[in-house]
Amino acid sequence: MGKNLQGTGLAIATRFSGSKFAAKYGLRKPAEKLAYLGTKKGFELVMKQMAKKKKDQPDEKMMLDAPARHTMFDLSLSEEQQMIKDTVRSYAEDVIKGLGHDANEAMNLPETYLQNIMELGLNYFSVPESAGGAATSWSPTTNAIIAEELAWGDFTLAFTTLAPVGVANAIVKWGTASQKEKYLPEYLGESPVMSAIALQEPGAFFNPMKKLSTVATKVKNGYRISGVKTLVPFGGDASLYLVAARYKGNNRLFFVPAGTAGISWDAAPAMGLRAAATGTLTMDNILVGADALLGDKSFDYQAFVDLGQLNWCALAVGACQAALDYLIPYVNEREAFGEPISHRQAVAFMIADIGIELEAMRLMVWRATALAEMGKPFHREAYLAHVLCAEKAMKIGTDAVQLLGGHGFTKEHPAERWYRDLRVLACIHSGLHL
Amino acid sequence: MINLEVPKKFRALISQAHQVGNSVFRPISRKYDRSEHAYPVELDMFAAIMDGMNDSTGGVAGAGALKQDKEKDEEGIKNGSNMATVLSLAELCWGDVGLSLTLPRQGLGNAAIAAVADDEQFARFGKKWAAMAITEPGFGSDSAAVRTTAIKDGDDYIINGEKIYVTSGERADCVVVWASVDRSLGRAAIKSFVVEKGTPGMEVVRLEKKLGIKASDTAAITFTDCRVPASNLLGDPEVNVEKGFAGVMQTFDNTRPVVAAMAIGVARASLDRTRQILNSHKIKTNYNAPLQSLTQLQAQLYRYEADWEGARLLTLKAAWMADNGIPNSKEASMAKAKAGRTANAITLGCVEMLGALGYSEDEMLEKWARDSKILDIFEGTQQIQQLIIARRLLGKSSAELK
Repeated sequence: MGKNLQGTGLAIATRFSGSKFAAKYGLRKPAEKLAYLGTKKGFELVMKQMAKKKKDQPDEKMMLDAPARHTMFDLSLSEEQQMIKDTVRSYAEDVIKGLGHDANEAMNLPETYLQNIMELGLNYFSVPESAGGAATSWSPTTNAIIAEELAWGDFTLAFTTLAPVGVANAIVKWGTASQKEKYLPEYLGESPVMSAIALQEPGAFFNPMKKLSTVATKVKNGYRISGVKTLVPFGGDASLYLVAARYKGNNRLFFVPAGTAGISWDAAPAMGLRAAATGTLTMDNILVGADALLGDKSFDYQAFVDLGQLNWCALAVGACQAALDYLIPYVNEREAFGEPISHRQAVAFMIADIGIELEAMRLMVWRATALAEMGKPFHREAYLAHVLCAEKAMKIGTDAVQLLGGHGFTKEHPAERWYRDLRVLACIHSGLHL
Repeated sequence: MINLEVPKKFRALISQAHQVGNSVFRPISRKYDRSEHAYPVELDMFAAIMDGMNDSTGGVAGAGALKQDKEKDEEGIKNGSNMATVLSLAELCWGDVGLSLTLPRQGLGNAAIAAVADDEQFARFGKKWAAMAITEPGFGSDSAAVRTTAIKDGDDYIINGEKIYVTSGERADCVVVWASVDRSLGRAAIKSFVVEKGTPGMEVVRLEKKLGIKASDTAAITFTDCRVPASNLLGDPEVNVEKGFAGVMQTFDNTRPVVAAMAIGVARASLDRTRQILNSHKIKTNYNAPLQSLTQLQAQLYRYEADWEGARLLTLKAAWMADNGIPNSKEASMAKAKAGRTANAITLGCVEMLGALGYSEDEMLEKWARDSKILDIFEGTQQIQQLIIARRLLGKSSAELK
């Protein structure tokens, strides 16, 4: 029998029972440890503020509740968000941070990485209670906080962690009842579901809002799809792709099982995201089933793209925070001309600017996710958040290398990885979903 | 719960301030840009109207209302006078920065009084128009270098010294003056005093001619054996070397987001007008393509708008912290630094985008580009904000990181 919610909770409780996190919340007795995050009881605690009255609709099963409306300008994390943030940061610090360097060099994930990170139970936050998960309402802000904290450990490993979660989120948000029934149970199983959204197409000037080159047509038993997708993670080992294609004049998403005849995979390493083993996915007139089209007429492709871009932005915020946290002790300890280099304004002002722009990035992301969470239009805010994050994240990645000088140029320090990884913000429109 | 939308309760206030910016300030904006030092008589009538408006919207806005709020509402979160002030001031400055600065009873001295005055002083000075006098010919950013002295003499202090760059120094009812009660004790001895207009020994000796904000008078004032009652000293009269001059610096935590808000206002004026002109040339912005797929003009406009939004949110954050009694020194400086440089870049950039039209006095863009520069200078320059932020982030003292 697969690990259920209770089992996942127990695993998390075990992992963190000795951590400083447990001490912080006074979770010392075993019973208290069980009450924290992972158990059913813990999830209830985490979700209690998000919990709203169940909607009285026929399709209530596997639906998330209506969004909450907030009236005040507020930047306080809920108690639940703070706990989730601390838990994920703790995992990022204890586990992910130490794996980034070697995974980048190996151009692959550590063998048990995706299996191990199942302990965090992230899929449970996506899947509604009625479908066996722990989510009651959709919180893109909480998802952004999770993304930020994972990426604090390592940008690319965070991407690979969240790629399958993104597929689950997309199914929950857009999927039909039968699609939820078909796919969601897998995400609550014992093994990771290697899956990814594939939207990006190769070549210069790709615009996700224009007509995609990948085309789907309706045929008797389903859909025929042809096209090429790039920057797809998991080195061809994924079992399921959510592929964007032009269909009846609109851009839509299709479930494409990796084993479908006519699919081929080619490794296509890039400047960054190397641990994700990116590649191109070629679909040569493949045939997928009649239930392959994600969602129905209410599907909002613009929102789908925006939620992906915001997820990348949240990853960038996390990596930039990691860069700042790395640079501060370095410039305070590194001496030149008899004193720490941080005593020089030329250095100190770069640190100040990282601090300023990083906070602006975070606020921009939160503004858009909070709007999405309340069910309000958020396209302009998502677009501007991405414009700012793409520009400032690259600047921060560049400054991180510069502040470390020659050391920054070597692989002894993570700065060169931030430099390469953060460049992707302006170059990708694919792969994630809050 | 995280939410960065402005609450509905401020809509009336924002709308009123916008109407003022549009219908009171904009029509006379160029007039007082051209006739520097002429007193904008239209504002006297308007000040009376504004008192009424403040009452009708709860009286929450304005420099005099800025306080570190300690009380919270039932939800545990407060959106109060600091937020109301930055929101309304941004709208006023969308109209005209110089005229906003010369609004009666909205001086930075009013902010200082609100921040540190006791109840008795607030009763005496709260309704007066108060300017702020810090800078001297010998120093600017280095506020601890004050040379003006205030020597205790019986129940009075006797003030001697010269102050420059006093915004509304001629028009205000009183001036909040920074002076040292004992120069041998360093910065801890710096106190602020309210000096009422007409006090013997106080003299406005010059009005500056400036690059922008010409509607606002900027005065040089001398104090020669100027005698003020000891009860006009704001805050604690004791010199506490341990505490330094935290008391007077506290004012800046409240006023920096206010200046940031002014920068946001004028920057939006430039963005709005530039977008309008570009639209009339069939250059549309609808947020639907990556920057790579756009023209340079469109991409630049989006970059400006993104920076502007970032500055705006940092400013709201700083105000939100003040409203909720959370120390916001670093965040106030972040807001000021980001908003100041962003407004400068946007207003100058918009002039460039439109070429000769932007440069011409036929449009207000060139004026906004001149007005905006001061917002990256007063209440602490860009570089002073960076210094404050860097010290906080790096854990450095002012002796270590100079």
